[in-house]
Amino acid sequence: MTQSRSWIPYALILPSVVFLGLLFVVPLVQTLWLAVSDNGTPSLANMTTMVTDLNFGRSVLNTFVLTLAVVPIQIIMALTMGSMVAKMNGGRETILWIWTIPLGISDLAAGMVWLSILQNTGYLNSILFGMGLIERQTAWLTYQTPVALFIGIAIAEIWRGTAIVMIIIVAGLNQVPKEFKEAAEIFGASPWTRFTRITLPLIRPALQSALILRTVLAFEVFAVVYALGGRNFPVLVGEAYNWQNQNQNYGVAAAYAVLIMVISLAATLVYLKAVKVDPERLP
Amino acid sequence: MKGLLSIAILASTAIGFAGQAQSQTVFLSTQLRPIEEATAVREELLSGLDKPVDYVVEEPPQFAVRMEAERQAGKHTISLVGALHGELSPLADKQMLEPLDDLAKKLADAGMPQSLIDLGKLGKTEQQYIPWMQATYVMAATKDALQYLPEGADINKLTYDQLIEWGNKMKDETGAPQIGFPAGPKGLMPRFFQGYFYPSFTGGVVRTFRNADAVAGWEKLKELWTVVSPNSTNYDFMQEPLASGEVMVAWDHVARLKNAISGSPDNYVVFPAPAGPKGRGYMPVVAGLAIPKGAPDAANATAVIEHLATQDVQLQTASLVGFFPTLNVQLPEDLDPGVALLAGAVTATQSAPDAVISLLPVGLGDKGGEFNKVYMDAFQRIILQNQPVADVLKIQGDTMTKLMADTKAPCWAPDAKSDGACPVE
Repeated sequence: MTQSRSWIPYALILPSVVFLGLLFVVPLVQTLWLAVSDNGTPSLANMTTMVTDLNFGRSVLNTFVLTLAVVPIQIIMALTMGSMVAKMNGGRETILWIWTIPLGISDLAAGMVWLSILQNTGYLNSILFGMGLIERQTAWLTYQTPVALFIGIAIAEIWRGTAIVMIIIVAGLNQVPKEFKEAAEIFGASPWTRFTRITLPLIRPALQSALILRTVLAFEVFAVVYALGGRNFPVLVGEAYNWQNQNQNYGVAAAYAVLIMVISLAATLVYLKAVKVDPERLP
Repeated sequence: MKGLLSIAILASTAIGFAGQAQSQTVFLSTQLRPIEEATAVREELLSGLDKPVDYVVEEPPQFAVRMEAERQAGKHTISLVGALHGELSPLADKQMLEPLDDLAKKLADAGMPQSLIDLGKLGKTEQQYIPWMQATYVMAATKDALQYLPEGADINKLTYDQLIEWGNKMKDETGAPQIGFPAGPKGLMPRFFQGYFYPSFTGGVVRTFRNADAVAGWEKLKELWTVVSPNSTNYDFMQEPLASGEVMVAWDHVARLKNAISGSPDNYVVFPAPAGPKGRGYMPVVAGLAIPKGAPDAANATAVIEHLATQDVQLQTASLVGFFPTLNVQLPEDLDPGVALLAGAVTATQSAPDAVISLLPVGLGDKGGEFNKVYMDAFQRIILQNQPVADVLKIQGDTMTKLMADTKAPCWAPDAKSDGACPVE
C-alpha cells in the first residue's frame, strides 16, 4: 500500500512541472542562446550592440531611478494604509476594496487613464485652466519637461502598484498577535515604539515578499511608461520591445531580456540577504 | 488515478485543437486593420468571390513573427498576404514568396504601370508581390492656420523656409507651437527623413547621409523644430492632435490623416510637403499582395489578387479606405470629400515640377527597422539632445555604412546607382 502511494505526489506535480518546463525553461534557454549567439555561433555581438546603443545608458538609469523613487514610497504608503485599516471596525472591507481597484485594470489601461489626465487636452489642464492658474494648454509629458514627465510616470506607477504591496502587508499585519501590542501598551510603549519594535519585526516575511515582488515588477515597468513617455523616457523593457518590434532584431531584444532577468535575480538575492527573516517564522 | 485523469483531459484538449479544419482561404494582412476598414474589406471588397476568404489582420511585428514561425514549422495556413513593400522585403529575402510573373504580365496588360510592377520584384528577377494599393505622405492644415501663412507663399509650392516662417507666426500669434510631426514610438517619422527631408535637402538618402548638404539640412530642421510642438515625440497618428486642436499643421501618411479630414473636410486644406534646396522630396507607399510558398490554397489566392486588382474594386477601395489604386484609373467624382482632398494633394505632389521621388528601400531584408533607427537616432541626438550635427552624422554614418555592408543593398533612387553595397559618402 505504502509503495503504491509513494509515486502519487510526483504524479500530482508532474503536470505543473511539465507545463513550466515547456513554457518557461525551454523559452528561457532559447532566449539565452539568442542573446549570446549570432547566426548560430556564439558571439557577444548582441551584447555589444545593446551596450553601445544610444538609449542603453538612459534606459538603465531611468529604470533604476524610477524603481528607487517608487518602491520606498509604495512600501511606506502600504504600511500606513495597512495600519490605518487595522484600526477600523466597520467598513474595512469596503475601504480595502476601493484601494485595490487599480489592481483590477491592466498596465496599459492604467497608462491610458493617466494619459487622459496629463496630456495637453487632459483633465489636469482643464482643472488648472478652470482655476485660472494657466492661460493655455500646458505640456507635461514632453522631452522638454523631463521632471514633470518623471513625476507623472512615478505618480501613475505608485497609483497602479501600491495595492499589491498593501494586500501583502495587510495579510502580514493580520498575523501579528494582539497580545504583544496589548502587553507593550501596558508597559507604556508609545505607538511609534510599538510599530518599530513589534509590528515591523513581526511582518518581516510579508515585507520581504512585498519588496521582492514590487521591485521585480518595477524593473519590468513598461506599459505605463510607454503610454505616458513614449520615446521620451526609455526603460529597459521598452528597449527590449523596440528592438523586437520596431527594429526586428530579436538577438538584441533577447540580450535586454537577459539583462532584466539578471537584475531582477540580483535584486531578489539582495532582499533575501538584507531583510532577514527568522527561520522559525517561515511557513 | 488522478494522473491518468489529467492525461486524459490533456489528450482530449489536444485532439480538440487538431480537429479544426481549414475550410477557407486565409488572407493575412498588415494593412486595413481598424475594425471599420477590416469590415469594409470582408463585406464589400471581398464579396462576390466564388470561394469564401477569411480576412485576418495582424500588426507588422506579429506578422513577421507568424510568417517566420510558419516557415520554420513547415506547416502553412496562410494562402495570401497583404503587406507593405518593406514588410514583404524580408520574406522575399528568405525565398518565402511564390513568383507571380504570369499575374504581373496580365496586370501590366490591364493598365498597371510597369514602374509600379517592377517595385514588386524587390530587386529580384522574379515578381515577388503584386502592387495592391498605394498612398503617400502629405501635409494638412486647419483653415484657421491659413491667416498666418507668410505673404506670397503658395501653399501648394511651400518651401522649408516658408514653413518655418509660417510656424513662427503661428507660435507668436497663438502662444504655442502649432506644427506637428508623428515622431512618437509608432509614428512614421523615419519616412519623413528617408522620403522628404533627405531628398529635399541633399538629393539622396544614403550616399548623402553626412555630406555638407545634410549638415545644412539638419541645421534648418533644428530651426524648424523651435516651432514644432514638443508633444510631437508622443504623436503616432496626426489625425488625433489635428482633430483635437493641439496642432494646426501636420505632416503624415494620408491614411493617418484621413479620419480628421473626412470628419470635417470643410475645415482643412491638404497640400504637398515643402521643398528644400534640392527639390520637393516625396515617397510613395505601396502595399502588395503575395502568395507564400507552401500556401494551402494558392489557386484561390491568385483569384483573390485578380479580383482586388480589377478596376471596380480598386476604385471601391479608394472610396472606402482612402488608399489609392495601383491601376491607372481616374477617381470618380462622387468620392468622399475628405478622400478627394487627400487625393488632390497626392496629385499635386506627384505632378510638382520640382518633385524628387524617393523609392522604397530594396534589399535591406529584415534590417528595415535598423535602417529607420539610424535616422531616428540622428534625430534624437541632434534635435532632442542638441548634440553637434557633424559629430552625430559621423557616428550614425558609420552605423549606416555597416548596415549597408551587412545587407549588400545597392543604392536606390534618388541616390545614384552603385556597384555593390550603397556607400555613405
